[in-house]
Amino acid sequence: MPDRSSPAPPNAAGPDAARPDAARPDAARPDPAPPDPAPPATGGAVRGRPQPGHHVRDRAVAEGDGPGAWVACASGILWREALRFVQQKERFLSALVRPLMWLFIFAAGLRSVIELTVQEPYGSAIAYEVYILPGLCAMIQLFQGMQSSLSMVYDRETGAMRALLIAPFPRWFLLAAKLAAAAAVSVLQVYAFLAIAALYGIRLPAVGYLTVLPALIVSGLMLGAIGLFLSSAIRKLENFAGVMNFVIFPMFFASSALYPLWRMAEGSPLLADIAAANPFTYAVELIRFALYAELEPMSLAVVVGVGAGFFAAASLAYDPGAGLMRRR
Amino acid sequence: MSAAWTRGEACRAAAEPALAVEGISHRFGAVQALDAVSLTVPAGRVTALVGINGAGKTTLFNLVTRLYAARSGRIAVCGHELARTPRAALAAMGVVFQSRALDPTLTVRQNLAYRGALYGMPRRAALTAGGAALERLGLADRMATSLRALSGGQARRVEIAAALMHAPRLLLCDEATVGLDLASRRALVADIHRLAADTGVGVLWATHLMDEVEPGDRTVVLHRGRVLAEAEAAALAPDGDIGAAFLALTAQADA
Repeated sequence: MPDRSSPAPPNAAGPDAARPDAARPDAARPDPAPPDPAPPATGGAVRGRPQPGHHVRDRAVAEGDGPGAWVACASGILWREALRFVQQKERFLSALVRPLMWLFIFAAGLRSVIELTVQEPYGSAIAYEVYILPGLCAMIQLFQGMQSSLSMVYDRETGAMRALLIAPFPRWFLLAAKLAAAAAVSVLQVYAFLAIAALYGIRLPAVGYLTVLPALIVSGLMLGAIGLFLSSAIRKLENFAGVMNFVIFPMFFASSALYPLWRMAEGSPLLADIAAANPFTYAVELIRFALYAELEPMSLAVVVGVGAGFFAAASLAYDPGAGLMRRR
Repeated sequence: MSAAWTRGEACRAAAEPALAVEGISHRFGAVQALDAVSLTVPAGRVTALVGINGAGKTTLFNLVTRLYAARSGRIAVCGHELARTPRAALAAMGVVFQSRALDPTLTVRQNLAYRGALYGMPRRAALTAGGAALERLGLADRMATSLRALSGGQARRVEIAAALMHAPRLLLCDEATVGLDLASRRALVADIHRLAADTGVGVLWATHLMDEVEPGDRTVVLHRGRVLAEAEAAALAPDGDIGAAFLALTAQADA
């Protein structure tokens, strides 16, 4: 058996890994190419002491631990989510059918029942379909956030999550990449929905389609972060039905998605208070104002704050020393 | 991060083993899953970690891979302390879990590209290295195949290829032959031994199947969270019956 303990200069990972022979027997050994003097037979790598070939190691660090590695990792996670998104066309369609049913059936039916006087950011009295549009955009993102949570729980049950969690990058970074991927998918879904709504006749100011983008990104991240946190709390896939009943429906119905808060307060001040404390309300309002090229600072602050809070909680829950992995 | 981590980096010092575990304990509530476990996995050979189900093998794997945090003792991969420089330690190891860790909805190529990305490898480099690892394991022509279309043995080989593509110095295999027929198990065990000899990677092979232990393997017997023996298989069982030697050791410990 070959003596694999013989010291040799550390190999330069990037180029080595890129070579066709990277995984061959000799390729897994340190790269013999660098013209470094041969290291001593023993003690050549005493920690903290300059070693022969140390500059090769430095170069390897630069290539293996440089920004390129972080970019490759994050883009790989995003790419995988995109691939899943493309492959699961039925998931994409079902994500669109839900808000379209609300728009075409629910809102159309209630148009004559619900009267909406002039309110911000709308310049004039509006049809109910126009009012409900931002809420449905946020609903798409809410479901996508929970779908992403479901996918995390599934990955955990099958073991795929382990591959992610043992990657040599900080946990928060890996989770942030997952979160960014989920938010990106939700933004695409919202734009598809807005396109169909425009064909249906619900059009926004042209600039609104652009100015809503940052709002959708921020709200998508917040709702994704809530989903991420929930994925750490849900032990089994079967428990996911509870999320529908105890998270998605209360968040959606007890918010300004379907009715303005002032209108809600006329019927039930308590419900209006609950809706005012619901972070989903702020996601809806952020999107509503952004669709008309306006910024609602309070909503932005709440969405960013709640998103950051849930992301921090999720990062903690996925930490090896606490949370999910320790419990399981 | 101060420590170097990179794909395929050699162990920090010539004398550093691929894996050194010293005095690791772990509890689940009142259950002592591991009790002061120490073991060494040298480079270039297979170390078999044998124990019955529930002996603590998977808990040990979860600690070495940092899925759990070790609260006592020391774990070092090629000299990189897991507690102090986790990224360097994790970059130096490849892991084949007991449960499937690849995405069945993707092709082999897509899985390898994704796994490479998790180790900071650009797509082209990942596919090149992954292709070479597959070739070594006899699956070079399966790159475009969906993972679902592979047999159990082939899927396990792809898992191993995925674990090797960043050229780790330590390969952890947790019950890697689970669900495979005898012929596939034997072929996989032979592949792993050849791999260790050829590439110098240190392999920790956890199993409860004694026929997977070769006479030349270093063998660590884990029982009820404690290491009962750590020696060459041939030394533990001079008559070649590692199963009988294992049963004798565990019976003695239980007595």
